[in-house]
Amino acid sequence: MLSIPCPWCGPRDEPEFLFGGEPAVRPVPAADVTDAAWADYLYFRDNDKGPHAEIWCHAAGCGQWFVMRRDTATHAILSVRKPGEPA
Amino acid sequence: MRYSSLSLFRQGLSGHQGWPQAWRSPALKPTYDAVVIGGGGHGLAAAYYLAKVHGIKNVAVLERGWLGGGNTGRNTTIVRSNYFFPQSVALFDFALRQYEQLSEELNYNIMLSQRGILNIGHTEHQMELMARNVNAMLVNGIDVELLDAQQVRHELPLANFSADARYPILGGFTQRRGGVARHDAVAWGYARAADAFGIDIVQNCEVTDFRVEGGRLVGLETSLGPVSAGTFGLSASGHNGVLARKAGFRLPLTSYALQAMVSEPIKPVLDTVAMSWATGMYVSQSDKGELVFGAGLDLYPSYAQRGNLNVAQGVVAGMLEIFPAFRGLKMLRQWAGIVDVPWDYSPILGPSPVQNLHLNAGWGTGGFKATPAGGYFLAHAMATGEHHPISRPFDLSRFSTGAFIDEAAGAGISH
Repeated sequence: MLSIPCPWCGPRDEPEFLFGGEPAVRPVPAADVTDAAWADYLYFRDNDKGPHAEIWCHAAGCGQWFVMRRDTATHAILSVRKPGEPA
Repeated sequence: MRYSSLSLFRQGLSGHQGWPQAWRSPALKPTYDAVVIGGGGHGLAAAYYLAKVHGIKNVAVLERGWLGGGNTGRNTTIVRSNYFFPQSVALFDFALRQYEQLSEELNYNIMLSQRGILNIGHTEHQMELMARNVNAMLVNGIDVELLDAQQVRHELPLANFSADARYPILGGFTQRRGGVARHDAVAWGYARAADAFGIDIVQNCEVTDFRVEGGRLVGLETSLGPVSAGTFGLSASGHNGVLARKAGFRLPLTSYALQAMVSEPIKPVLDTVAMSWATGMYVSQSDKGELVFGAGLDLYPSYAQRGNLNVAQGVVAGMLEIFPAFRGLKMLRQWAGIVDVPWDYSPILGPSPVQNLHLNAGWGTGGFKATPAGGYFLAHAMATGEHHPISRPFDLSRFSTGAFIDEAAGAGISH
């Protein structure tokens, strides 16, 4: 089981957390966004093997979202930061 | 050599020392007409159908590890076609019909056992949803039956019918043509049949890069040297996304670990496949007597081929809730396979953004049952450059057109 260091609460067990996907920037303005670009934002993923940028939510804890870098091949947690903090 | 009771008898007389290799271990040649990336059941089936249906025999299958050592050897061996949407039924029932005659066709016993697959309903609402799904499946020509509690009790006498059950059993539905098949044998049977056509199955050969010229794939770099071909197929299950990135594009896939486990072997106690949506478990009994059961996904991306304990605990708890009699059993093994899950839980078949590279991706948590179909339609795309009518709805373009085939919501089934 992963022990995830929530930037607000410190290390907690994996079942308290929700994986929320890869960080992405929503393309704007909507009227100018092509179907292909919108699909790319909504559905297409890097899905990296190795270091991977992810957003997580401490759903059963403080409820806050945060950014985590995690190795998807080893499950090692590389870094966590609050949203808006420098990477 | 053709396998038969006579050849078994003859080999028995010489102590089974004379069996020839089922397939060769050839060196990788620099050029082929067609190259399939991924030597699981799907990739081997694609090679077989390239030769059998399209007459293309100068083919290589490249496998990073050993044949069927990925998800082909890690699934729970269930076959069925009880899907909700007509496009899915056409695809999965094609696979099941192939399975029904595959042992004869390949001269290799895949040990198909059509013992039925029974989904248990625990609430009035679930029973209403099952009635709706059964009606949809019947309209699509799939042989399913809605069962009441008495009928389920007849089929699953060990299930928990006590008055204080946390998950009371109100009924269910079954597809009697569903069941299990020997997963390794499917890969080995296709490998042997493909090899008999002269197809090169190259193991321990990892694809490291893609040579794309003018938007067209012309060759691959591999751990055993470069290889070029006229057409390529990508069939690497959990690693499809990783390979696509190397070819220069992304796919709408997330790779997760899907767990399964087996108990110690016991005398026969369960003669169908039992599945319970509410507890997220499915269980069957193998020919060796082990209970084979599985699981939902560990819900974050992983390539680690191992799942975590909290998910395994949830599955075991669910199974013991439905079958309290299994409480004393010891667990023998637990493992995970890496599955490439698309957003609508339907596969992604046909052309990729790179010319000459065709996709057999996104089978997610349910690829084993579709092995003959994945191979057949990948071979069709590679040989003709076009979709087969059955694979067309599963084109990658559905993610920008919105024409999803949303089996996750439609059938309410993980696999």
